[in-house]
Amino acid sequence: MSTEQEQVKVEDYKYGFHYPDESVFKTEKGLNEEVIHAISDHKGEPDWMREFRLESLKTFRAKPMPNWGGDLSDIDFDDIYYYAKPSEKQYDSWDDVPAAIKETYDRLGIPEAERKYLAGVGAQYDSEMVYHNIQQELKDKGVIFTDPETAVREHPDLVRKFFGTVIPYSDNKFAALNSAVWSGGSFVYIPPGVHVDVPLQAYFRINSQNFGQFERTLIIADKGSFVHYVEGCTAPVFATDSLHSAVVEIVALEGARVRYSTIQNWSSDVYNLVTKRGVAYKDATVEWVDGNLGSKRTMKYPSVWLMGEGAHGEILSIAFGGKGQEQDTGGKCVHCASNTSSVITSKSISKDGGIASYRGQIKVEPGLTNVRSHVECDALILDPESKSNTYPYMDIMSDDVSIEHEARVSKISEEQLFYLTSRGMDEEEASTMIVNGFLDPLVKQLPMEYAVELNRLIELEMEGSVG
Amino acid sequence: MKLEIKGLKAKIEDTPILNGIDLTMESGQIHALMGPNGSGKSTLSNVIFGHPSYEVTGGEILVDGENILEMETHERARLGLFMAFQYPVEIPGVTVGRFLKRAAEIRFGEEDFKAAAFIKELRSWLDFMNMDQNFINRYLNEGFSGGEKKRMEVLQMLMLKPSFAVMDETDSGLDIDALRIVANGLNELRGDAFGAMVITHYQRILDYIKPDFVHIMYKGTIVTSGGRELVETLEERGYDWVRKQHGIEEEEEEVVHEH
Repeated sequence: MSTEQEQVKVEDYKYGFHYPDESVFKTEKGLNEEVIHAISDHKGEPDWMREFRLESLKTFRAKPMPNWGGDLSDIDFDDIYYYAKPSEKQYDSWDDVPAAIKETYDRLGIPEAERKYLAGVGAQYDSEMVYHNIQQELKDKGVIFTDPETAVREHPDLVRKFFGTVIPYSDNKFAALNSAVWSGGSFVYIPPGVHVDVPLQAYFRINSQNFGQFERTLIIADKGSFVHYVEGCTAPVFATDSLHSAVVEIVALEGARVRYSTIQNWSSDVYNLVTKRGVAYKDATVEWVDGNLGSKRTMKYPSVWLMGEGAHGEILSIAFGGKGQEQDTGGKCVHCASNTSSVITSKSISKDGGIASYRGQIKVEPGLTNVRSHVECDALILDPESKSNTYPYMDIMSDDVSIEHEARVSKISEEQLFYLTSRGMDEEEASTMIVNGFLDPLVKQLPMEYAVELNRLIELEMEGSVG
Repeated sequence: MKLEIKGLKAKIEDTPILNGIDLTMESGQIHALMGPNGSGKSTLSNVIFGHPSYEVTGGEILVDGENILEMETHERARLGLFMAFQYPVEIPGVTVGRFLKRAAEIRFGEEDFKAAAFIKELRSWLDFMNMDQNFINRYLNEGFSGGEKKRMEVLQMLMLKPSFAVMDETDSGLDIDALRIVANGLNELRGDAFGAMVITHYQRILDYIKPDFVHIMYKGTIVTSGGRELVETLEERGYDWVRKQHGIEEEEEEVVHEH
C-alpha cells in the first residue's frame, strides 16, 4: 500500500485528493484505431463490439464539435488518456480491492453507504469498475447489476438487443466518442414485475491526470418493474483538464418505472459532456433527477422518449454555476404517442461570474391527441457578474396538446438578507439559507441522504461568497 | 440593555429623513413612538438595525454604552436587539421551523440548544398566538395573509426573547382580535429583561399595551415626549395640534420619504 499522498490544493472541494497513478495498463495519449484495439483486446471482446467501436470512431472523427452550448475549444483530444486499467480484476468484497483504491472509496463514504441504504454498489476507478456487489436476495430474483463488459460476456442477447439503440453512436460527437472508447459503467436488468425498493448505486471516480472517463450505462426495466439507480461522481483537482463523457441509456418497458438520480460534483477542471436518454413504452415512466455542481463545463440534457400511450417522463435538473464554470443543462421530452405527459423542472444558481443555462426541448410528433407537458425554469443569480440563460425549444406538430412553460429569474433581495441578518445570521449564512430554500422543492424529492449531501455541497459552494 | 440614540441623522439617497433624534430607552420599559406617515418612524427602526439603504450622517446609537453604528446587522441582532418588521419578506423554501431553530441557536447558543424543548415551546406559542401548528412546516411568510405575517413576527419575538425589541407598525392592518393577540404577545414578555419601542400611528394598540413613555415624531425629529396622557391628547386634538404647536407647514410633508 502506498501511503505517499500528493497534496493538492483542494480549496473548497473536499474530494480534490488523489492517489498515485498505479494503473496496471494505460494506453498512450491520443485516440486512434490502435487504442480501440488495445481496449477491445484487454476486455476480450467479441468482434461485433470491436466493430461497433471502430465504426463509432469514424463517426466521431467525421462529426464537427457542437457550435452551441459551452465553449469546448480548450479540449485537446490528443492530450487525453483514453483508457487506464486500475487493477487486474474486479472484486465483490471491499477487503480485496487494492488498498489505495479502497482508501479512496472509504474517504468518499461509499462502503458505509452500501451497508446503510443501498441494494447494490458499483464503483469505478478511472476506466474500470473495481467493485460490484448486489444483495443476494435481488440476485435470486434475477436482477442483474454488473459492469457492461461482464454483461457483454454473460448476457450477450440482452446487450445486443438494447445496447446503442436508445443513443446510437451517430447521435452526437460525444456519444460517438463514448461508443468508441467506452469502458466501465453499469448494466442493470430488472425482470418483469420485480420492484427493487432500495437504490442501486454506481460511483465514478477519476484518479489519473489528463484522463478521459467514458463509462457506459444501460438500464433495462422489464414489464411492470421498478428501480431507482443513483450515480455519484468526483475527481481530484489537477491543473489540467479531464474529460468525462458518459452515455446512459434507459429502457422502461410496458408499465415499468425507472428513476435515475445523480448529484455530480466534479472538480473544476473536468469537462462533463454526457448523453442521457430514456425510452418509456406503454404506461411506463422514466424520471431523471440531475444535479450538476462543479466541473468546468457541463453539457447535459437528460431526455425521455415517450413511445407508448400512458407513458410519462419527468426531469428535474439542478445546476450550480460557480467561478469559472458553465453549466449548460436542461432536458428534453419527445412525445411519440397519444395520452403521454412530461414535466421538466429546472433550478439553476449562478455565482461569482458563473453561467447557468437552461436548454430544453419539448417535441410532439404529428397526429397525436391528449399530450400534456409542463416546463418550469427558475434561475437564481447571486451577483451582478453571474449569468443565467434560458433556451426553451418547442416543436409541436399536433393540435390536441397542452404545453405550459414558465420561466423565472430571481436575485437574492437586499430585503431578504436584511430580514435574515436581523435575526442574527451573518450574510453568508443568510445567502446559503436562501439558496437552499430556492432548491428545497426539488431537494425534497431526493432520497434523504442525497438531500443532506446536496445541502452540504451548496454550503461549501457558498463559503467565502460574501466578501 | 440600554439603548441610547444621540443626535441621530440619516438620509436615503439624497433625502434627509432623520434630523437629529435623541431617545434613551431601556429593558423594562415600553416606549410608544407615534407620528403621521412619513415622519421617519420606520427609517429610525431600519437605521437601528443597519439597513443598507440608509446612510447615517450624524450622531450615534449606543447599546450599553457601545456605539453599534459600525456593526453589521447580524452583530446588532446578537446583542439582543429584535425588530418586528412592518412588511416581513417572504423567504421561499425555508420553513418557519428551520429558520426559527437557527435563529434560536444563535440567540441562546448552539451548545445549550435542545431541539425537543424548542419544538415544545414553539408549539405552545403558536397556540398562544392562535396560529395553526402547520405553520412550523410552511415556508417563511410565503402566502401568509397580512395578519399572519404580523403574528409570525410576534411569535419570533416570543421565541427569541430579545432584550429590546422594535415593533414597526405591527398593529397596522390588523382587526381588533388580531390586535389583541399581538398586544398579548408583547405583554407576555414584559418585565425587567425586556424593553420595546412600539411604533404606531394609531392609539388603538396602546389601549392594550400600556406604554411607559410616549414620543411623537414629526419630520425626522422627536417633537414631544411624555407619559401615557400624551396619547389621549393626541387622540383628542390630532396631529394638527402637533403641527401648530411646532409651527410645521403641512405642504412640506410631501418631500418626506417613507421607506
